[in-house]
Amino acid sequence: MKSVAELEALRQEALPHVAMRHEVHDALHVVVGMGTCGIAAGARPVMLKFLEEFSSRNMDHVTVAISGCAGMCEYEPIVEVNDPGKDKVTYVHVTPEMVPRIVEEHIIGGHPVEAWQLKTAKA
Amino acid sequence: MDFFRAHVLVCGGTGCTSSGSQQLVQRFEEQIKEKGLDKEVKVVHTGCFGLCEAGPVVIVYPEGTFYSRVKVEDVDEIVAEHLLKGRKVQHLVYVDHVTHESSVNMALDEIGFYRQQKRVALRNCGVIDPENIEEYIAFDGYKALAKALTEMTREQVIQEVIDSGLRGRGGGGFPTGKKWLFGYKSQADQKYIACNADEGDPGAFMDRSLLEGDPHAIIEAMAIGGYAIGASEGYIYVRAEYPIAVKRLKVAIEQAHAYGLLGKNIFGTDFSFDVHIRLGAGAFVCGEETALMNSIEGKRGEPRPRPPFPAVKGLFGKPTVLNNVETYANIPQIILKGAKWYASIGTERSAGTKVFALGGKINNTGLVEIPMGTPLRTIIYDIGGGIPGGKKFKAVQTGGPSGGCIPAEHLDVPIEYDTLIEIGSMMGSGGMIVMDEDNCMVDIARFFLDFTVDESCGKCTPCRIGTRRMLEILERIVNGKGEEGDIEKLETLAQNIKATALCGLGQTAPNPVLSTLHYFRDEYEAHIKEKRCPAHHCQALLNYVISDKCRGCTLCARACPAGAISGEVRKQHHIDTSKCLKCGACIEKCRFGAISKN
Repeated sequence: MKSVAELEALRQEALPHVAMRHEVHDALHVVVGMGTCGIAAGARPVMLKFLEEFSSRNMDHVTVAISGCAGMCEYEPIVEVNDPGKDKVTYVHVTPEMVPRIVEEHIIGGHPVEAWQLKTAKA
Repeated sequence: MDFFRAHVLVCGGTGCTSSGSQQLVQRFEEQIKEKGLDKEVKVVHTGCFGLCEAGPVVIVYPEGTFYSRVKVEDVDEIVAEHLLKGRKVQHLVYVDHVTHESSVNMALDEIGFYRQQKRVALRNCGVIDPENIEEYIAFDGYKALAKALTEMTREQVIQEVIDSGLRGRGGGGFPTGKKWLFGYKSQADQKYIACNADEGDPGAFMDRSLLEGDPHAIIEAMAIGGYAIGASEGYIYVRAEYPIAVKRLKVAIEQAHAYGLLGKNIFGTDFSFDVHIRLGAGAFVCGEETALMNSIEGKRGEPRPRPPFPAVKGLFGKPTVLNNVETYANIPQIILKGAKWYASIGTERSAGTKVFALGGKINNTGLVEIPMGTPLRTIIYDIGGGIPGGKKFKAVQTGGPSGGCIPAEHLDVPIEYDTLIEIGSMMGSGGMIVMDEDNCMVDIARFFLDFTVDESCGKCTPCRIGTRRMLEILERIVNGKGEEGDIEKLETLAQNIKATALCGLGQTAPNPVLSTLHYFRDEYEAHIKEKRCPAHHCQALLNYVISDKCRGCTLCARACPAGAISGEVRKQHHIDTSKCLKCGACIEKCRFGAISKN
């Protein structure tokens, strides 16, 4: 270790690996419904796509959690995006192909994709 | 970079390891792989979470779900339900002893055991993988060393530690900054900085848990100390009985070398530093600083008179600064967050936090860290969850064999170095053994003295012979052969030993006797004068009696190995106390609760 900058670079690189263990979660997190219904409707590839997107974009502090059935099995796969301080956004009938746009426009850009949300969807 | 969506933290402290956490890690890895989750879920083996009572402990992030007493058979369910489908396994989630509340919807720091704690020294224990330097760095590791080396002078580092008010956590409570200043002022071609990890008090395991859970913090702090006093080499003296701690320290030192955080010209400065490990063979006296240094040099672990103090003439005759593990664990935080921040925790005379190892008659056995000044009552009832079985609290022993007991009347005394000494005990290294109404205080004193007699190195007479004489008197008393004048003899011996023994071991050895005599003199008197043990603990002073609840079933008579029980069938039986061995076999057999000890 020859400089402080080198240590800081190493820290920045290592931080995303442990960020979720900080007790306070003030970071954005994505929840994928993974009940039996969700899995059957194809939630796993969706979740994996999210992981891939965050991984390739080196996005710190974003966590991906999974949850059980929310009761709206009809709408699965369901993905919730929780950005602290903002309203929760619920996407329905999500496919892996939709994920990059959600990441880009909503999670990075801050503009939820209106057309794919629960409030605009038809069963 | 692999992006893991969930981390499964499995406790790898000594407590949880002995209840099988290693097998849990294996099973988790197998199951996660089998379910195809190994690209998404990471298993991390950490240090101690503190709540050893509930071990083995598993925490799943990002939710922070706290699973307790996890068995290998439970792993499949956690993987299939929680990790695959996102449903917490309710019946495995930790339930509070006192409130019977499930922690399923709580964050970790909302759980009763953690709520009143403040983890400074233990901040990384149970959070990071101790064998992964990158995780330590991610949590600001080695940043304090960088700051000290590149932004602060040696004098500023020492001043910061002085201003923080940090006092030695090994028990003595000597101001750490002052000790560093002495080491700094000593002139020599070579100086040393050393770490005392020879934790020997019965029931104390703070240092072990710190080394197991956060070894890099100790190495970083020693490097900071080395820079401050001008030492280029450090020694860690750790007990060979702590194999996990030793292994993780070795791994940590190797990693620190690989990253250039130990070795030559650290952070491009002209400061070079290296750390060596020395294993202690488990002699209690080697926790005494001069004996410890003799042992590091390969000599017999015997103390020598001071002065000269180690800061003037220590290891290999060179100036040496020796601090305890927990003291070091606080240093990086003090450098990073500043003396003011540290001094704001705790009380005026005792700054910061203290880690205690809670044990004995307490619900939440484990490791707790509290701000100084917290009353004992909070530790025992709020954090510790009270006494099991609804029994009455009697006393708590702090400071191990060198300390004393604190009775119920002092439960509200704030915990500080000075207040504990005022009430006849001491901070000690942090062992805290809780006793209830069933503990005989004379026997407790005998237990601790038995320990010091065993551990006396034999160099000086007061300790070698004096403590043995005291033990003989105590053994007589608990065996019902106490005589008038025994208490006075104990007191005289105690004062003489305190005044004349060579080192801390001997000087403090009579403390458990003196403090129990002070608070529980009536128990001593009952043993001697009435041949009675008020706690019904001392076997020799107990008489077994059969009450009129007896139905004459003869089970007890048949169980008695000494033939001491007689009586006709369906009539009340009797015990011949002269034949009775007091083995308790009859009580175990009796179905009517008719036999009691008194």
